[in-house]
Amino acid sequence: MDKLIVDKLNLYYGANHALRDIGMAIPAREVTALIGPSGCGKSTFLRTLNRMNDLVEGCRIEGKVTLDGEDIYAEETDVSVLRKRVGMVFQKPTPFAMSVYDNIAFGPRTHGIRARVKLDAIIEKSLRDAAIWDEIKDRLNENALSLSGGQQQRMCIARALAVSPEVLLMDEPTSALDPISTSRIEDLVAELKKEYTIVIVTHNMQQAARISDRTAFFFLGEMIEYDATEKIFSLPDDKRTENYITGRFG
Amino acid sequence: MSSSSAPLSASLHGTRSAVKRFVLLKSEGFGNGMRTPAIRVPEEKKNSMSGAKGKFSESFMKVVFLLAACVSILCVLLICLFLFSNGLPAIGKIGPVAFLTGMEWRPGSELYGIAPMIVGSLYVTAGAIVTGVPLGVLTAVFMAEFCPKRLYGVLSPAIALLAGVPSILYGFFGLVVMVPFVREVFGGSGKSLLTASILLGIMILPTITSVSEAAIRAVPRSSYEGALALGATHERSVFFAVLPAARSGILAGVVLGIGRSIGETMAVIMVAGNQVLIPESLVRGARTLTANIVLEMGYAADLHREALIGTALVLFVFILILNTSMALSIGRKVP
Repeated sequence: MDKLIVDKLNLYYGANHALRDIGMAIPAREVTALIGPSGCGKSTFLRTLNRMNDLVEGCRIEGKVTLDGEDIYAEETDVSVLRKRVGMVFQKPTPFAMSVYDNIAFGPRTHGIRARVKLDAIIEKSLRDAAIWDEIKDRLNENALSLSGGQQQRMCIARALAVSPEVLLMDEPTSALDPISTSRIEDLVAELKKEYTIVIVTHNMQQAARISDRTAFFFLGEMIEYDATEKIFSLPDDKRTENYITGRFG
Repeated sequence: MSSSSAPLSASLHGTRSAVKRFVLLKSEGFGNGMRTPAIRVPEEKKNSMSGAKGKFSESFMKVVFLLAACVSILCVLLICLFLFSNGLPAIGKIGPVAFLTGMEWRPGSELYGIAPMIVGSLYVTAGAIVTGVPLGVLTAVFMAEFCPKRLYGVLSPAIALLAGVPSILYGFFGLVVMVPFVREVFGGSGKSLLTASILLGIMILPTITSVSEAAIRAVPRSSYEGALALGATHERSVFFAVLPAARSGILAGVVLGIGRSIGETMAVIMVAGNQVLIPESLVRGARTLTANIVLEMGYAADLHREALIGTALVLFVFILILNTSMALSIGRKVP
């Protein structure tokens, strides 16, 4: 039932101890929100789940992260396969400088799917799943940079879905968007959790309360509290969590 | 705050505030230096009736700047004027068709056809593109995305040096090293279209590389990370996500390179053979527009001399077309 299990995770940027003894179990097909003040390590933590921190020079990780029981930091792990299974949506839309079609097809092509018919089907399904098909089905050959910000972000979600991941990591996916686009993406998340396990970093506590099943509160590199969302927002165990969600700091 | 996180926060806080203090100090120092005179001057003016003078000095400086800018525009205009006023009559006398499409260049017999030179220039430039562009762009990709730091410390200045080498030195290198090499390996005299193309390809390398590298580095990191997050390898992310985003910048570098190769003179003269014939193969010699001018200007007179200026005019028009098309293609990108 638990999709991702994190055990005694420590992360260092050089001498800076950025994540301390994180342990949490992320259940399948639920939305888990990570909240906390800026610089508390929640994005860093998110990026340990698909090993995007591998890119950061001087970054060292101790502890264990398992996906369906497999250690993702084991030597025999194929990072490319891991990132196919654990997709990611970034804070700012990251459209590639090419057509919408080629954007969505990038992932499938990376993993060896070349047949046009197959790609067409994948592209339609991912765009439908990302609730943007009706808006841009006639613009598939246009450059993705010509879409609006909200459309770009949903296209990026579609692009992530196109490799049929099991987990979707979302790093403040709505912080660069207007309220209408934000609510579209929130609706989308509610829809997507039927099929995908979702971990979402958000600065917006209402958003965490609205869309997540479980919430983890991060503070200064530590995970302070992790529980059902209603519990965190009504009766947090820790004083710091309470202070944060009531807006006393952060 | 839990005990375990206290030292972290303390150390973080310590470094951050130290950095901030440093930045503040710097910016204050800087700000003062810049600001004080700017503030003081108008205050003095207000009381001493020299406000008009301040305005005057401001507008005076504006005129100075404008004049400075005008000098370069004036230069271009004068060059245009000179080229057109001297070149056009000659082309008119020879006949535009005879001049541009004529295959015979025999000043002694009053035959001034520059078609072989036009073709020679185009061939040599095309050859330079074929050799220089892939090499230059791939070098840029390597430098921006694959190069270990230590190697970069050698490679980057080496390429900068390549850009600074005078063309006569390239010519000598071509003459002494490449001409015999081409003669041995490919036959012919060695002074050929092929030799000139390769040499020019090397000469335009630094231009293409540096402009392309800057373009690649200017691509937001998010494109690269977005591709990685889809499971792409480093190589795939670079070539299929980053490079497409750097397209227009790379194109600009290529166009600059083409401009340089079409205008290059000294090095080409030394290795191209300079026969006034459309080369039938890569190992045959060719004469470019630039070579034609330099080789004959020293002794040309009357119509011959004017025909050479006409040759320069044709060259200028080529460059004009190249620059305009680049400006247009870049202008389209910018909203």
